[in-house]
Amino acid sequence: MDNLQLLLDGFQSAATPTNLLYAALGVLIGTFVGVLPGIGPAMALALLLPLTYGLESTQSLIMFAGIYYGGMYGGSTTSILLNTPGESASVMTAIEGNKMAKRGRAAQALATAAIGSFVAGTIGTVLVALFAPEIADQAVRIGAPSYFAIMLLSLVLVTAVLGASRLRGFIGLFIGLTIGLVGLDLSTGQARLTGGITQLVDGVDIVVVAVGLFAIGESLWIAAHLRRQPLDVIPVGRPFMGREDWGRSWRPWLRGTAIGFPFGALPAGGAETPTFLSYVTEKRLARDRDEFGQGAIEGVAGPEAANNASAAGMFVPLLALGLPVTATASILLAAMKTYGIQPGPSLLEDQADLVWTLLASLLIGNTLLLVINLPLAPLWARLLQVPRPQLYAGILFFASLGAYAVDQNPFDIALLLVFGAVGFAVRRFGIPMLPLILGVIIGPLMEVKMREALDISDGHLSGLFDEGLAIGVYVLVVLAVVVPVVVDRVRSPRTPHDQPGATTEREVPR
Amino acid sequence: MTIVVGYVPNRHGEAALDAGLAEARLRGGDVVVVNATRGDALVDRRHLGDAAAAELEARLAGLDVPTSVRRVLGADVAEEVVRVADEVGAALVVIGLRHRSAVGKVLMGSVAQRVLLEARCPVLAVKAG
Repeated sequence: MDNLQLLLDGFQSAATPTNLLYAALGVLIGTFVGVLPGIGPAMALALLLPLTYGLESTQSLIMFAGIYYGGMYGGSTTSILLNTPGESASVMTAIEGNKMAKRGRAAQALATAAIGSFVAGTIGTVLVALFAPEIADQAVRIGAPSYFAIMLLSLVLVTAVLGASRLRGFIGLFIGLTIGLVGLDLSTGQARLTGGITQLVDGVDIVVVAVGLFAIGESLWIAAHLRRQPLDVIPVGRPFMGREDWGRSWRPWLRGTAIGFPFGALPAGGAETPTFLSYVTEKRLARDRDEFGQGAIEGVAGPEAANNASAAGMFVPLLALGLPVTATASILLAAMKTYGIQPGPSLLEDQADLVWTLLASLLIGNTLLLVINLPLAPLWARLLQVPRPQLYAGILFFASLGAYAVDQNPFDIALLLVFGAVGFAVRRFGIPMLPLILGVIIGPLMEVKMREALDISDGHLSGLFDEGLAIGVYVLVVLAVVVPVVVDRVRSPRTPHDQPGATTEREVPR
Repeated sequence: MTIVVGYVPNRHGEAALDAGLAEARLRGGDVVVVNATRGDALVDRRHLGDAAAAELEARLAGLDVPTSVRRVLGADVAEEVVRVADEVGAALVVIGLRHRSAVGKVLMGSVAQRVLLEARCPVLAVKAG
């Protein structure tokens, strides 16, 4: 129960009036950006990162927590009212949620999504508080070779297992790893992939990469597809639920949480699998199975809870191992680095105050989200009427500001445009964003661990294999690559992998 | 003789439509209903959605005036209305007018004003009752 005591201390430092104000601000801005389709929590965080430069670390983390949960909530609002999932994790919510809304139950769909997210987020965050320290305790003893192997595993899982096309996944991964290589070699001091440009010697800042890929890439994509038939938005009042809706929702919330959290905590984070599993589970357990596909409230409650629980679960590898497993986690990691915080197993020891404050602010942000946003749903829906040129002008402004604010260096703006072009190309060719951004951020971390392992063994490759855990993880890596291929071969190729009812026409950043 | 009605799904659009239909009965012509959108926002409340368009067509089909409904996507709503009028050789364009505050006039360009100035045929501007 020590951990809970520490969490309470975290509350103490998080719950001052100023901090609450920042949390509220974060929730509002996060939702504002999250409501727009194509802009997930990761992009919201990357865009708004520079806003927090002037703040002290605690306050900025509190604001992040708000932006994060706000962004996720905004995504579900759009899914339900417009049937345009802003991120891959809301695809399942969109299926039933939009059907509910079309039957005039938009208010209930929004309410079950919001309250379910709250329940799952709260339980998930408490679970993080309970588990992360234990895992970190174990992780301190893990050596460099095993670390390297675990990172390799998470990259392979994200690339080869999630997503529709392995080839595209690996293309994305290698683009990311290449970007991560730019800069000085750690041990020899040689400049790598700088092309003689001195500004590149320090490497490229992850914020510039993320903002370029997400914000500029998306803006260019939108500009290229500016005019589309407007969609019919479903009018909505203040979200609420009746007695029956509560009765039908609470079990799916809890089941969704149970399904979502472990998936988020695994080194191959991702909310697609748990949301899909939760949907299937609810469909199987439903008393009235025929209602599924026509707007069953269980089909919104379960996946939304799973989505948020897995989003909370992602903090386990992030805080315990310093390992980001989603695009959002990568941005959070980058944010921590700007405050001189070195993520890793010792984070919980070195920066205990900060970590517990972060967890407490996640809980606060989650609560504020419910309190502030539930009544504001009609307002968020109106945001969808803003013409794209105005909207994306604002986004481009913030993106450039953010890239410039990193180092006050005009060169970064040029770099931003380059990554914007990459982001556009990646969307154009359907290359998934997650392996790419993880490659950028995990690549350098992996290199450090690999160099460490090889230094210990005097450069012998055996240094990468001399831990039991490492060998075990490598076996998993091989299985992760081989099994899907074998399964594909054995099963005669039928229809290509498609998600039921998915209306996203491309991979969307998470 | 063809009459073009600039239509939006609200009372201003309905007023224009009524006036256009009345004029068509007087002159013995047909009515082309135009709904244009810039299509640059996710949601445009002045856009005629699929369901609403089907409903409108069904409503118009029962009338004694031959009608057709056109939905256009273009950079400029006024230009699209004028372009359709030119294309069908319209004898008259009917549009709805609404009151705008001084601030509104500064913030938003008036589609009605552009149609009035640019159409090559007479324009009938109608106010909602």
